[in-house]
Amino acid sequence: MNWRGIWAIYKFEMHRFRRTLWTGLAVPVITTSLYFIVFGAAIGSRMSEINGIDYGSFIVPGLMMLSLFTESIFNASFGIHMPRFTGTIYEILSAPLSAIETVIGYVGAAATKAMSVALVILITANLFVDVRVEHPVLMLLYLLLVAATFCLFGFIVGIWAKGFEQLQIIPLLIVTPLTFLGGAFYSIEMLPEPWRTITLFNPVVYLINGFRWTFFGTADVPVATSLAATFAFFLTCLGAIWWIFRTGYRLKQ
Amino acid sequence: MSEPILSIRRLRKAYASGTEALKSLDLDIRRGEIFALLGPNGAGKTTMISIVCGIVKPTDGEVLIDGKNWQRHFREARTRIGLVPQELTMDVFEPLLNTVSFSRELFGRRPDPARIEQILKDLSLWDKRKAILKDLSGGMKRRVMIAKALAHEPDILFLDEPTAGVDVELRRDMWELVRRLREGGTTIILTTHYIEEAEEMADRVGVINKGELILVEEKTALMQKLGRKILHLQLTEPLAAVPPELAQWNPQLSDEGATLTYEFDAKADRTGIPSLLTAMRDAGIAFKDLDTKQSSLEDIFVSLVHEQRSAA
Ligand SMILES: Nc1ncnc2c1ncn2[C@@H]1O[C@H](COP(=O)(O)OP(=O)(O)O)[C@@H](O)[C@H]1O
Ligand SMILES: [Mg+2]
Repeated sequence: MNWRGIWAIYKFEMHRFRRTLWTGLAVPVITTSLYFIVFGAAIGSRMSEINGIDYGSFIVPGLMMLSLFTESIFNASFGIHMPRFTGTIYEILSAPLSAIETVIGYVGAAATKAMSVALVILITANLFVDVRVEHPVLMLLYLLLVAATFCLFGFIVGIWAKGFEQLQIIPLLIVTPLTFLGGAFYSIEMLPEPWRTITLFNPVVYLINGFRWTFFGTADVPVATSLAATFAFFLTCLGAIWWIFRTGYRLKQ
Repeated sequence: MSEPILSIRRLRKAYASGTEALKSLDLDIRRGEIFALLGPNGAGKTTMISIVCGIVKPTDGEVLIDGKNWQRHFREARTRIGLVPQELTMDVFEPLLNTVSFSRELFGRRPDPARIEQILKDLSLWDKRKAILKDLSGGMKRRVMIAKALAHEPDILFLDEPTAGVDVELRRDMWELVRRLREGGTTIILTTHYIEEAEEMADRVGVINKGELILVEEKTALMQKLGRKILHLQLTEPLAAVPPELAQWNPQLSDEGATLTYEFDAKADRTGIPSLLTAMRDAGIAFKDLDTKQSSLEDIFVSLVHEQRSAA
């Protein structure tokens, strides 16, 4: 393994994030605060509790997941798309790095950034409500798994995209709607049929509920199902990346 | 002679667009030499380099580094190769020193600030080490590209048109640097479309056109050909054949016998021209005009391409 090469890419990407550190942190803090002001104060006072959990606390895992998804996809897709766009990818391609090593470098850095943002949201949320985390270690592991999965997915988007506009399409048109419809801010138990059943086809439901389970020990779907779904998505992305490097798709002419 | 450091075997590349950029190219590079690949735009120089460096996938053929397949032994091969690409592409928001250190570590080498300092000093970049790349001049950026390629201490260096669009002074510096690297044992392959550059720098020259290597020769041998001149004589009366009296000069007839051409070595003491002209007068062959021309690499090039076509 070329660990030094992986570390070089990781450091490079982290340095890139550091250049925009303050905006990078201000955005999640402000957004979280806004959510709490709007949902927590305006709507939450009428919602009281969901499954015995205070509404303000209930939405925290959903908020963290929503940011984790968008940050992961954005950072990973941008990270690999930039070198393709500017041409500096020549150096990565000519380096003694295997596909896996390149992916570890980029995805590792993007996942680190995305997880940091999610944790900043958790801390900010604690200023508004008391959030208890029942299984903190599992929570972090789950965060890591989902971040890695969406960063892999973002990496694929970054390779597939033909321009910066396409980088935005997937998160905006698919991931954000699925997250809002996937029970980020409500329990799917609250939905009338047939919407409840339809919602169960939304994969994001399983991701959010798995994560919520690590906080409260309860969720809309069994945690094992959530984990299985998350792993399935993770493996699908891994398979796609393996194929991309094997065929050189959009990387090598 | 020792085994070549780099062997290119039947390398072929057809781009998805259908362009056949390389047509079964064979080339051996000797250890420690400076090899100049000379050819017009679109000849396939960059494609060849990109395949060796792992940036472009070949359609067919293979590359051997010290006898080892460059894909099966990709780590070793790539650690040994450095590439200065044709385009100035860099992460423009990075500071100079960071970007060069990055290149070294990317290639799996232990960080070595002293080594990086030496490379930057050799390239007169040390004073600018804290500068952000976008603030550097074009010439400086070119040097940065070289520093990046040298950062992991490769022993095979590719320079793709290193002096295109570069001012005279930087060109001199570049030549100087390449010579010093060669003295340090680095094998250098550079591409250019300047004949003088190949002449100035190279030990051997390869001429590539339309994806085919049409000549590989020691520079000295090539320069000898370059030193040759051609005498054209416009005859008053066309000749059907070269008369036997002139056979010893081996002249050629063209323009339906109206032009007699004689090739000679301009650097030799005896060019053979006076004796040829005397013999012609004795044979009663008159001419109305004459001129002599240097056979440039361009001429050699044209005639080679021509030969190739008629052979096909
Ligand atoms: N990415 C590409 N896709 C399609 N055709 C290409 C590509 N790169 C180069 N070519 C074509 O291949 C031929 C050789 O190009 P290149 O290797 O860049 O030549 P050189 O470096 O000698 O100027 C040209 O006809 C060029 O148009
Ligand atoms: Mg070129």
